[in-house]
Amino acid sequence: MNRPAARRTVDAIWRIEAPKLIAALTRMVRDVGLAEDLAQDAMVVALERWPETGIPDNPGAWLMTVAKRRAIDWIRRNRQRDDKYAELARVSELISEDDMDKALDGEVGDDLLRLVFMTCHPALSREARVALTLRLLCGLTTEEIARSFLTSEPTVAQRIVRAKKTLNAERSSFEMPSGEELAERLSAVLEVVYLMFNEGYAATSGEHWVRPLLCQEALRLGRILAELAPREPEVHGLVALMEIQASRLRTRVGDQGEPVLLLDQDRAQWDRLLIRRGLAALERCRKLGRPLGPYALQAAIAACHAEAPTSEETNWIRIAALYEALSRQAPSPIVELNRAVAVAMAFGPAYGLQIVDEIAGLSALENYHLLPSVRGELLRKLGRYGEARLEFERAAAMTRNVREQELLCARAAECDARSSD
Amino acid sequence: MRFMMIVKGTTDSEAGTPPSPELLEAMQKYNEELVKAGVLLAADGLQPTSAGIRISYPEPGGKPKVVDGPFAEAKEIIAGYTLIEVKSREEAIEWALRMPDPHGFGQGEIELRQVFEPHDLTSEPEALAGQAALRKQLDERRRP
Amino acid sequence: MRFMLLVKATGCSEAGVPHSREHRFAKEASLASMAEAGVLLAAERLQPSSGGIRMAFSPEGEPELECGPFPADSWLLAEYLVIESESMEEAIGWARRIPAPGGCERMEVELRRLEDKAHGPRNIGLENDLALQLGMLRQD
Repeated sequence: MNRPAARRTVDAIWRIEAPKLIAALTRMVRDVGLAEDLAQDAMVVALERWPETGIPDNPGAWLMTVAKRRAIDWIRRNRQRDDKYAELARVSELISEDDMDKALDGEVGDDLLRLVFMTCHPALSREARVALTLRLLCGLTTEEIARSFLTSEPTVAQRIVRAKKTLNAERSSFEMPSGEELAERLSAVLEVVYLMFNEGYAATSGEHWVRPLLCQEALRLGRILAELAPREPEVHGLVALMEIQASRLRTRVGDQGEPVLLLDQDRAQWDRLLIRRGLAALERCRKLGRPLGPYALQAAIAACHAEAPTSEETNWIRIAALYEALSRQAPSPIVELNRAVAVAMAFGPAYGLQIVDEIAGLSALENYHLLPSVRGELLRKLGRYGEARLEFERAAAMTRNVREQELLCARAAECDARSSD
Repeated sequence: MRFMMIVKGTTDSEAGTPPSPELLEAMQKYNEELVKAGVLLAADGLQPTSAGIRISYPEPGGKPKVVDGPFAEAKEIIAGYTLIEVKSREEAIEWALRMPDPHGFGQGEIELRQVFEPHDLTSEPEALAGQAALRKQLDERRRP
Repeated sequence: MRFMLLVKATGCSEAGVPHSREHRFAKEASLASMAEAGVLLAAERLQPSSGGIRMAFSPEGEPELECGPFPADSWLLAEYLVIESESMEEAIGWARRIPAPGGCERMEVELRRLEDKAHGPRNIGLENDLALQLGMLRQD
C-alpha cells in the first residue's frame, strides 16, 4: 500500500474509531484536548507503520493500545512533575485492563454519551459546541468545519482550543448529568444536533452554499444518539424529524449550488427510504408512551405530509391539532403561521386568517415575506381581493427570490382584476 | 454518499439453508455496529430465487418474457444487501471489509457499489467536477 | 447587509429644543417609509448627554468617570437607526430621506456597516413545512 492510499484508509478508520477512542481516553485522562492528542498520536503511528505492516485485523484495538501506552507515559511524566494524589487515583483507574477490553468490545456507550454531553456543555457558546462536536464526535477536520461554516480555519481552530480550555476549567463537565439536569443537558445536545442540521441547509438567500456535509453529520449523530439514549423520546423525535425533512431536502443542486426544496409537486422525488426511516423513528418514540415533545410533534407533522400519497389526501385536521400542541410547547411566530395554514386547509380560510391576524404585528416577522404571502392567500380565498392584492405586493417587495416574486406579482394582478370586476 | 454492500448468493442461500448460529451472531453484531456508528440505512436478506421470477425483454418493443426461478448462476444472484451512508469511498470499503464472511465455506462474496446521488443523474460528470471546483474557489474567496 | 445610521447631536438636541411640527411629521413619515419598505430594523433616540457618563479605561487602575453634558461635536450621538440594505449606495439613499432640521442647525449622519451576525438558530423544518403548506394552500 502506498502512502497516499494509506493516508486515505487511515482517515476512514479514524472517522470510524476516533469518537470511541477519544471518549474512552477522556474518561481516563479527564482532559478532552489531551485525549484527542493521544488518539491523534496513535493515528500518526499507524500512518507510519501500516504502509509496511499492512492494516491490522482490528484497527480500532490497535489504535487503542497505542493510545493507551501514550496515556500511561503521559500520566507518569505528569505525576513526576506535579505529584498530585489525584493523578495516582487516575492511574489506578487507567491500569485496569477491563476498561480497555470494554472499550474495545464496543461497550463505550457511556463514554460516548459523556463525551457528547461535554461537547454540548452549557459553558460553551453555541458555535463552540457545534465545532467541538463535529471535531470530536464526527471526526471532521478543522478545515472541513471551517468550510462548512464559511469561516477561516484559524477561527475554528481557536474556537476549539478555547472550548477545550473552558471544559478543563469546569471540572464538573466530566460528570455524567443525572436527574433534572439530565433532561436539560440532553435538550442542549439535541439543540446542537438540530443546529447542525439547520446550518447544513440554511442556504436560501444565495449568500450561502449548499452544505450537505453538516446535514449528513447531524443525521449520523442523531442516529448514534438514538442508540446511546434509546429511552429518550425526544431523541427519536429529533431523528424522525431530520430523516423526514431530509427526504424532502435531498436536493437537486442548482446552477448556483443552491439546494432546491422539493415541494408538493415533487412528491414523487421525496426520498422514500428516509421517510421510512423517519416513520420508524417516530414509532419508536411513540412506543415510549409519553406525550410527544416539540421535536416529535414537528416530526409527526412532517410524517403526515410524507404519508399522504397526494396533497388532496392530506389529513389537515390532524396537522392542525399537532400544530396546536406545538404552539403550546414551543410557541413561536413561525409555528403560528404554519398553524394558520393548516387550520385554513382544515376548517376554512376565515379561521386561518384569525390566527394570522393575531401575529401580524410581531416584530419577529417584520421582514418575513411568507407572512404577507399567507395572509394574501387567505384574503383572496375570502374574496377580499383589494386587501389581498396589497399583501401580495408587500410580499413581493420583501422576497429576493425572483420566481417567488413573479408568482406573487401575478397573484396581485389577478386580485386587482377581480376587485375591479 | 451512499453505498450498497451486495451479498452474492451461494449454494446454501439458494437451498434456503439457514446460516450457522455463529454467522448469524456475527452478522447481528456487525449490523449493531453499523447502527451504533449511525451509518446503516437499510439491510435486508432475500429469499432464494426459487421464489422469484425474471422478466426479460428479448425483443425490443415486444412482450416481456417471464421465467420462474430458481436461477442457475449463484454468482449472479443477490442474497441480500446492506445500504450505508458514509463520508468517503474509503470509509465504505472499511465497513465492507468488516462485514463477516457471508458464507464461511469459500463461496462468500460481497460487492460494494456506490449509489447515484440525484444530481449525478441530471448532470455530466465533467460539468459536476467543474461546478465543484468553481464552488471551492468561491468558498476560498469568501474566507475572511 | 446591515448598516447603522448614527445621527450626531447638535446644540438643539443637547438643549432639548423641540423640533418644529413639520419636522416631526417629516421624521415620522421617513421612518414609516423605511419600515414599510422593510428596511428599518431599529430606531432609537438618546437623551441629551447631560444625563450621560463617559468612562475612560486605561491599562492600569480604575476607569475614569466623567459626567455630561459633553461638547456637541462629532463624537456625540443623538439618535441611531439600524437598517438592512443591499449595498452602501442603497443605505446612503435611505439616509438621505432623514429630514434635515430647519433653522440654524446643521445635522450630521454617519453610516457604518455592521458586522454580520451569525444568524440565530433557525428551524429549517418549520420553514420548509411552511413552504410546502403554502404551496398546497395556493393550489387549493
